[in-house]
Amino acid sequence: MAFYRPAPWQKPLSVALLIAALALPTLLTAIGQEFYVGFATRVLIFALAATSLNLVLGFGGMVSLGHAAFLGAGAYVAAICQQAGINEALLAFPAAMGVAGLFALLVGAISLRTRGVYFIMITLAFAQMAYYLFVSARAWGGDDGLPLTGKMAFAGIGLGGDTPLYYLALGCLALVMLLFGRLADARFGRTLQAIRENETRMEALGYAVFRYRLAAFALGGALAGLAGALLANLTGLASPNLLQWTQSGTLLVMVIIGGVGYLYGGVVGALILLVLEEFLVGLTPHWHIALGVLLLGVVLFAPKGVAALFGKRHG
Amino acid sequence: MTQLVLEQALNGLQFGLMLFLLAAGLTLVFGIMDCINLAHGSLYMVGAYFVAAAAQAADSFWIGLGAGVAGAAVLGLVLELSLFRRLYQRDHLSQVLATFALILIANEAVRVIWGPQPLMLNPPESLAGPLEIGEFFYPAYRLLIIGFGLAVAILLYLLVAKSRIGMWVRAGAANREMTEALGINVRALFTAVFVFGAALCALAGGLLGPLLAVQVGMGESVLILAFVVIIIGGIGSIRGALVGSLIVGTVDTLGRALLPTLLRALLPADAAATLGPALASILIYVLMAGILFFKPQGLFPARA
Repeated sequence: MAFYRPAPWQKPLSVALLIAALALPTLLTAIGQEFYVGFATRVLIFALAATSLNLVLGFGGMVSLGHAAFLGAGAYVAAICQQAGINEALLAFPAAMGVAGLFALLVGAISLRTRGVYFIMITLAFAQMAYYLFVSARAWGGDDGLPLTGKMAFAGIGLGGDTPLYYLALGCLALVMLLFGRLADARFGRTLQAIRENETRMEALGYAVFRYRLAAFALGGALAGLAGALLANLTGLASPNLLQWTQSGTLLVMVIIGGVGYLYGGVVGALILLVLEEFLVGLTPHWHIALGVLLLGVVLFAPKGVAALFGKRHG
Repeated sequence: MTQLVLEQALNGLQFGLMLFLLAAGLTLVFGIMDCINLAHGSLYMVGAYFVAAAAQAADSFWIGLGAGVAGAAVLGLVLELSLFRRLYQRDHLSQVLATFALILIANEAVRVIWGPQPLMLNPPESLAGPLEIGEFFYPAYRLLIIGFGLAVAILLYLLVAKSRIGMWVRAGAANREMTEALGINVRALFTAVFVFGAALCALAGGLLGPLLAVQVGMGESVLILAFVVIIIGGIGSIRGALVGSLIVGTVDTLGRALLPTLLRALLPADAAATLGPALASILIYVLMAGILFFKPQGLFPARA
């Protein structure tokens, strides 16, 4: 692996994509396919979740198999906020990020003592603990999950219907991508990547390796919490299924397909996987087999992911 | 109370021994080739289906068990030669992705072939009833599983700790390059280990089939438990897998059986009703996190 550096045409492409994304709901309404606005929102939210994992995995070099726990925690915080009478996203979403971030800080502080496979498994263990806690928490619906009474409001404006939530998700994703791009190129991002490349050397140079990693892990958790809060608004339910380990696996698959350690890896991966799912579901009820075979193909023939085409890494 | 504790302790032992059958293959695959196999649970599921289908066709549990285990071994051989060989040199992420894909394929393939309904697998007639030991009753079939598990555990121990092949396997787990340099064909050795692991998976699936439902998705929950076991025991260590299995099996079973009762004595009834099942389900994960906190390499690190 080497340091991430954006290709020169990445910026204009990002702007073009943003404009296209802004126009998408109008376009879909014009051709009478409003149904797909909800699907597009789902893609945006998972792009955000996968990007948060890419920060941890691709830039921090930490293979976490428990990232769905933070996604689920964010969803539950949003639902609990609404239950407590707070229906304002400007309050509930930061709360979701805060709780998920603190949870990630706690998990990271313990897990980052281990290395390699042991780290994979201990993050999984914490996610399983969170999963079972929510499954048996009867006050929050147990294994049925905690439903939302309706979509929340953003700055007083209701998010009802599909389009307002779409724009909120797009705004969140665009903001996060902007910050992520800056961060990856800034001192923090460089240090993080250098630690991924050679931990011992960075330790010897006097960098606080553990703290940098922990900060990235907690930030990734907080961003996943934001995605979770958005997802709860989209589906109208905070379900323990969100915390299942297969969900963590799916996020991991998205990042790997998209490109580990590439800025847009998470976005590309979420887009490909969800569109592929949607397409295959329409084609055959046994779409899991087709998806599995395609994933095997990616592993064997495109090991670096699709976003590798969109940005070079210089040694 | 003594009856309950004794019965649950035996159940824990039985569950632990079955976990050992799964964990033994997993820890060796992991330890020697450094390959994460998330599809190990799928081998267990497919093995259980093979056994159930063969038992139905032959109308005999024992013939079904034999045929199912043989079938799973053949499947393991095909998988190893066609896919896993290509994965050993790749990083952990590729292995996770590829074996995750295998889980998707296996679950759906089973659903296509045998349908979404769970398959019934009956224990042999002669063992269907309980066995009476003094005042104490215990299902005969569960005792058989304990006996089977113990026999396999002893056999594996002798094979790994005392035989020449076992010595190669241990050497491969400790230092693969050095073992290869000494003229051992680690590649062929690994194929054998993988096939053996697949057969053990089917054996566990077939033996547990009459107790649990043979259904799609049965592999995933048990896979996580098997991973917990090998992490606690130390990756690549058979002894660690045995100790880890017994710890996880007993703690999980006893926790589920006794914790709610225990909490009811200490806490108000509604708090105990909520907390009991939650605590019982997360007990082994707390245990694993605790062990990793103090021993980041597990209890018996193979590469010490």
